[in-house]
Amino acid sequence: MSDSACFHCGLDASNSNITADDKSFCCHGCKTVYEIFSANDLTCYYDLQQAPGATPNKLVGKYHFLDNTKIVEKLLEFNNDTTQIVTLYIPHVHCSSCIWILENLNKLNPSIGASFVNFGKKTVRVTYNSEIYSLKQLVELLASIGYEPFISLDDYNVGKTHIDRSLIYKLGVAGFAFGNIMFLSFPEYFQVQGFWIETYAPLFRWLMFFFSLPVVFYSGQDYFISAYKGLRAHILNIDVPIALGITVLFIRSSAEIILNLGTGFFDSLTGLIFFLLLGKFFQQKTYKFLSFERDYKSYFPIGITKISSEGKETSIQVYDIKKGDRLLIRNEELIPVDCILIKGKAHIDYSFVTGESKAVSKQSGDKLFAGGKQMHGILEVDVLKTVEQSYLTQLWSNDVFKNNKELEFTNITNSISKRFTVTILLIAFIATTYWLFIDSSKALNVFTAVLIIACPCAIALSAPFTFGNILRILGKKKFYLKNAQVIEQLAKINTIIFDKTGTITNNETDEIHYDGSKLSEAEEILLKSTLRGSNHPLSRSLYHLLDQHNILSLDTYEEHLGKGIEAQYKTQNIKIGSASYVGYSTEPANLNTTVHISADSAYKGKFTFYNKYRTGLSQLFNQLKKEYDLVILSGDNAGEKDNLAKLLPTKTKLLFNQKPEDKLEYIKHHQNEGAQVLMIGDGLNDAGALAQSDVGIAISENVNVFSPACDAILDASKFNQLYNYIKVSKSAIKIIKWSFVLSFIYNIIGLYFAVTGQLAPVVAAILMPLSSISIVAFTTITTNILGKKVD
Amino acid sequence: MSVIYILLAISIIVAIGFFIAFIVAVRHGQFDDSYTPSVRMLFEDEIVKTKTNKTILTKKE
Repeated sequence: MSDSACFHCGLDASNSNITADDKSFCCHGCKTVYEIFSANDLTCYYDLQQAPGATPNKLVGKYHFLDNTKIVEKLLEFNNDTTQIVTLYIPHVHCSSCIWILENLNKLNPSIGASFVNFGKKTVRVTYNSEIYSLKQLVELLASIGYEPFISLDDYNVGKTHIDRSLIYKLGVAGFAFGNIMFLSFPEYFQVQGFWIETYAPLFRWLMFFFSLPVVFYSGQDYFISAYKGLRAHILNIDVPIALGITVLFIRSSAEIILNLGTGFFDSLTGLIFFLLLGKFFQQKTYKFLSFERDYKSYFPIGITKISSEGKETSIQVYDIKKGDRLLIRNEELIPVDCILIKGKAHIDYSFVTGESKAVSKQSGDKLFAGGKQMHGILEVDVLKTVEQSYLTQLWSNDVFKNNKELEFTNITNSISKRFTVTILLIAFIATTYWLFIDSSKALNVFTAVLIIACPCAIALSAPFTFGNILRILGKKKFYLKNAQVIEQLAKINTIIFDKTGTITNNETDEIHYDGSKLSEAEEILLKSTLRGSNHPLSRSLYHLLDQHNILSLDTYEEHLGKGIEAQYKTQNIKIGSASYVGYSTEPANLNTTVHISADSAYKGKFTFYNKYRTGLSQLFNQLKKEYDLVILSGDNAGEKDNLAKLLPTKTKLLFNQKPEDKLEYIKHHQNEGAQVLMIGDGLNDAGALAQSDVGIAISENVNVFSPACDAILDASKFNQLYNYIKVSKSAIKIIKWSFVLSFIYNIIGLYFAVTGQLAPVVAAILMPLSSISIVAFTTITTNILGKKVD
Repeated sequence: MSVIYILLAISIIVAIGFFIAFIVAVRHGQFDDSYTPSVRMLFEDEIVKTKTNKTILTKKE
């Protein structure tokens, strides 16, 4: 390992000068975690993976709500006198080292009995002795080693949810019966007459019949239900011909056995259901650890501290907050309700709400909105509205979140199956009528044969397999789609709307320009030393910008919240902050974020912070402009307008000062005019717009933690690949169309046998699985080729 | 009575046995997590050391 990278987390540690056991660390947090591990013989952690850790966050009082037994009760999975079991979601879980350390928690504290990681879901299930250990202690232990659990309102009652495993049972039943029926029907494929077959055929056939019963009535029930629902809503969805096919197959096969006419098609019947369920399983098994259905509940804390009129502090549940309550908001805590600031200097980070990362200062008496995060010190607030009535939560009660996009959208399979079903029924009736005149004994045979062979299993399979594979491929490229339908919708869009802050800008870094008289070296050193002590986000960015100087120990240092900082070293004096604070009053109206400097009472100049746009932004917009209408909807002021206009194609519409409802209305308006809208945003303020749009993509720096309700999540590092991803979805639709063509060819061949009345069980047994398997092979190969083309 | 009946009965009983095993496995959550166990089995059993009296708190910055 190189000297400059932190041994624990892998970040740059060249300037920190923090070492232990000849290993360098980027901060004391990482070093402490290392020391905890080495003191407990857990250094094996570092052997499994290089630099697997995360810097632990400082938390004071963040988990006080876990003292409330009512809240803890709701989180626990199991609870008796001495033992408690809890499942915690830990976003940082990412490698085998994580599994190892989390499963060895008992070495850190003997009260912990066992811990079990589920890597796919990023959860750990911990059993501990509740007599001497508490959930709060456990959570704090996890946080202290960099595995801070994410507990939100969403987890409320989650301990009791049961896992839906019905699909895997159905698949198991179908597979089991399919395999057995295949063996039982083998003799009759090859020998039609003879003593042996005549003696034992009825036994084999009845066995097949009994094996097929659970498949039809249990495994296949979803298709019947879906077809029934579709018919009732006057929609001919793909499940209608499938259900029809299954029914006809089953009735004809049973009739053949009961009347001792033949062997039936039980192998095809069970095979069909098995393959269909396999396709469904394939589609369902995407990424369990991502959540697309988030609402405010996933962001909000479960508990909050209430101050009673006598000044007593108690932890209460967020749902129990009433209007007029006095609450205590601690450092780094999220404000759950709209309220008025009473005591303390507020420094609110609204980045969950607006995407804007700069903290806003508020004075006593100002209104604070739910969703803001206090960054500095403790606040006392008076509640104005309950959780359900707060502005942010109101956004979620908008109708947009209630209508289901899936119902409104007729997907490609359903639109084809509509025509398909009609055509098949026509062919079946015409062929039957024809045979009624030619040879009436064959007529019924032909009718059922057409319906059996035409059962669109290949068509039904092609979409789930293609989409399932595309979802997997895009997921590997860090573009996570909620379901297959998103691909179809993505291929159809013609308008793309971007949010600005946090979406096309990079939240973590700013571009900083300095205007004013040059600072002397002594002044720069003083500036740097002063900024070092401040936790304000602007100070942090500025601190990182300045060159490495010798750090002075200051004589005086004073931070005036909401204004700036002042420091003194020997005779030198420096003031950093707002224009009025440093004594520079002639500031023209400026929309950009600025920090002003004065040294020894003389005004020096200002640092202006510009948004830094994501790499490849210009290029991406130039690729997109040929095919799509581009719009930028920003909640911020127009300070960046000129800068943006330079970067983006001239056709791009730029709209500023858009409130969350404005964004939603804008999209609605354009949709009414026929636009298919793709919205790309990040903060909670985009949630309404994301839900309203045809496809809503949330950009996220950390896909595991924060993203509003959306159809897809895109990792921020892959932002510039967006155009390619849209192209992939278009190609996916082409692949499906081609596989439809392929399956139509099979159907035509099959129909020839059926219409001419020669559909023997052997023909069906060969043709049906062959068509299914070749479609699956075709889509898998083509999508993999497609996946290789994108990076 | 032919031996085929016995053979069929045995084969079906065996098949059902496997099927029950499958159901039990699903019910016990065998298919809930398909990744972690594959990693977990690769962790080596460590040599059990006699517990030193060091705790987290003894070593401070």
